[in-house]
Amino acid sequence: MADRNGASMPEAQMQIEGIGLSFGGVRALSGITFNIYPSTIQAIIGPNGAGKTSMLNCISGLYKPQQGQIRFEGQNLIGRAPHEIARLGIARSFQNIELFRHMTVVDNLMLGRHVHMRGGVLTGGLYWGPGQREEIAHREAVEQVIDLLEIQSIRKKTVGSLSYGLQKRVELGRALAMHPRLLLLDEPMAGMNSEEKEDMARFILDISEEQRTTIVLIEHDMGVVMDISDNVAVLEFGQLIAYGTPAEVKANPAVIAAYLGQEHS
Amino acid sequence: MQSGTFHSTYAGDMALRPYWPMRIRIILIIAIMLLFPWFGNRYWLNLVNTIGIAAIGAIGLNILVGFTGQISIGHAGFMAVGAYTTGLLAAHAGLPMWISIPIACIVAAGVGALFGMPSVRLKGLYLAIATLAAQEIIIWFLTKGDKIVQMATGDRRAVFFGESLSIPPAANNVFGIALKGNNDFNFYWVIITCLVLTVLFASNLFRSRAGRAMVAIRDQDIAAQVIGVDLFKYKLLAFATSSFIAGLAGALMAHYRGIISWERFTIDISILYLSMIIIGGLGSVSGSIYGAAFMTILPALLSNISRAASGVMPAFANYLPYIQQGAFGLAIILFLIFEPEGIVKMWRNLKDYFRLWPFSY
Ligand SMILES: Nc1ncnc2c1ncn2[C@@H]1O[C@H](COP(=O)(O)OP(=O)(O)OP(=O)(O)O)[C@@H](O)[C@H]1O
Ligand SMILES: [Mg+2]
Repeated sequence: MADRNGASMPEAQMQIEGIGLSFGGVRALSGITFNIYPSTIQAIIGPNGAGKTSMLNCISGLYKPQQGQIRFEGQNLIGRAPHEIARLGIARSFQNIELFRHMTVVDNLMLGRHVHMRGGVLTGGLYWGPGQREEIAHREAVEQVIDLLEIQSIRKKTVGSLSYGLQKRVELGRALAMHPRLLLLDEPMAGMNSEEKEDMARFILDISEEQRTTIVLIEHDMGVVMDISDNVAVLEFGQLIAYGTPAEVKANPAVIAAYLGQEHS
Repeated sequence: MQSGTFHSTYAGDMALRPYWPMRIRIILIIAIMLLFPWFGNRYWLNLVNTIGIAAIGAIGLNILVGFTGQISIGHAGFMAVGAYTTGLLAAHAGLPMWISIPIACIVAAGVGALFGMPSVRLKGLYLAIATLAAQEIIIWFLTKGDKIVQMATGDRRAVFFGESLSIPPAANNVFGIALKGNNDFNFYWVIITCLVLTVLFASNLFRSRAGRAMVAIRDQDIAAQVIGVDLFKYKLLAFATSSFIAGLAGALMAHYRGIISWERFTIDISILYLSMIIIGGLGSVSGSIYGAAFMTILPALLSNISRAASGVMPAFANYLPYIQQGAFGLAIILFLIFEPEGIVKMWRNLKDYFRLWPFSY
């Protein structure tokens, strides 16, 4: 385990300890324990239904695990509402795009600035003075994200009218506009062609390198995972069956068995 | 032909009415608004005032339903809170309306937020039923209010609400200027000012942080939470803002008519307002105005037609009210079938047609 620069192990940014989650009789996660290190790309892989998305949902507060602890930069996350967790600096994208479909790209990204702004109903309704200045200042932050993701030409388009690949990109943009310290991406490249995938991989690397944002990446494409991630956690049937660098994980017999087992079924 | 608009600053790009054809239209609208009352007769003034009040109420409801996605069938109840608060303050405390109306709006906002609390847990039809309860509780309170006061104070003769509440004309006073003489003409200015302020407020709200958070809740409430929107807070804010404006509409109606009774705020009226925003366009400020105009003018038109018809065909006179109601319902249904996105969409299509003309086909 190491971060990309090969430095000796720094302190964990997020500690996940003994997370257990069930839905009725279904055990979605059990005893999941691993650390996420600052400024790394942490992949989570595993067959369908392994519990990857459930893990992210526990981190962002959408699911309440029955057992275990999640600490982010020393703060306990369990029991906090999703919007409070967002305020701590955790952003995410969803496996099935969850954009604000009837809004423009700019408005979607402006919503990414929500936690950094203060304006309320009154200042908004008056749109004058400080309220107006705040909107303009944050619009500039949004434009930087637009430039980074190369979506200038669609900024005024309604999100619902965009292609699937572009929507995925806008969803990444909305999360980025939050300037998060931890970015959770649930299959950001699913359903993309190889060119779109390459773009997306490049954006993820840029974000990681330039902004030093920690990234948790769920991805099925093993090539991409092995290429860009620093550490990989492997889930199967709600259990963590392996954890390590891509090379370590690739050589792990349990992982090979899990993936071969899946291919046979 | 207009190919697009370009801005060199974000401020310019973010302005409400960024380019000049829009500005010209605004100037035209202002000119018409300023000139109309000098030429309109009482019938027309009354009609426009009624539309103005309905438009304010419809914008209020649209903030909650169209923009935030929280269904409410208690809107008339919140209007009643505004109407009765200002009415009681005018009749029993002698306050002028420029003081009592803002108070009425704040009280309505508070009541709205209170009855909005179930929206944390309830969505869709379930929330609709909860707001229906709000509607019925408010009406119940208005009809039983005097009994409650009498029981609480032991004074059996205390009458505050009565069967209906008359508002002393002396209350119709704006910043010390008494509104005397032509009531329709005077109230035109009050109502149109309130409408313009409401339109500006709502338009600004939805291009800034709080309004965007509300629309985000409507479009995707899970994603809204995950980017940091406090659902409960913004749903309550939407209820409060919506009810504040409903209270304004109710209060204006109270002072304009001079007399209020709970019968003007029943569930039928809540449904009427819902149909205004559905026909005008959900989630559109201008659509709210179109819807209010449509739903006010259509019945007036139908009753004029039926009055003319009853002269020609006296045998039908008895059935005309039913035919009139049927025609009203039919018009709404046809509307929803042929343009489910409302008048605001038709208007947009029309504009696009002419913008591209003669290349449109
Ligand atoms: N809200 C829920 N209610 C009931 N069961 C759920 C819920 N969410 C997840 N599960 C169950 O938990 C298990 C893990 O699901 P999860 O979505 O986390 O898998 P995943 O690894 O993300 O799979 P995929 O690769 O298909 O996205 C599955 O058995 C799923 O049916
Ligand atoms: Mg998943």
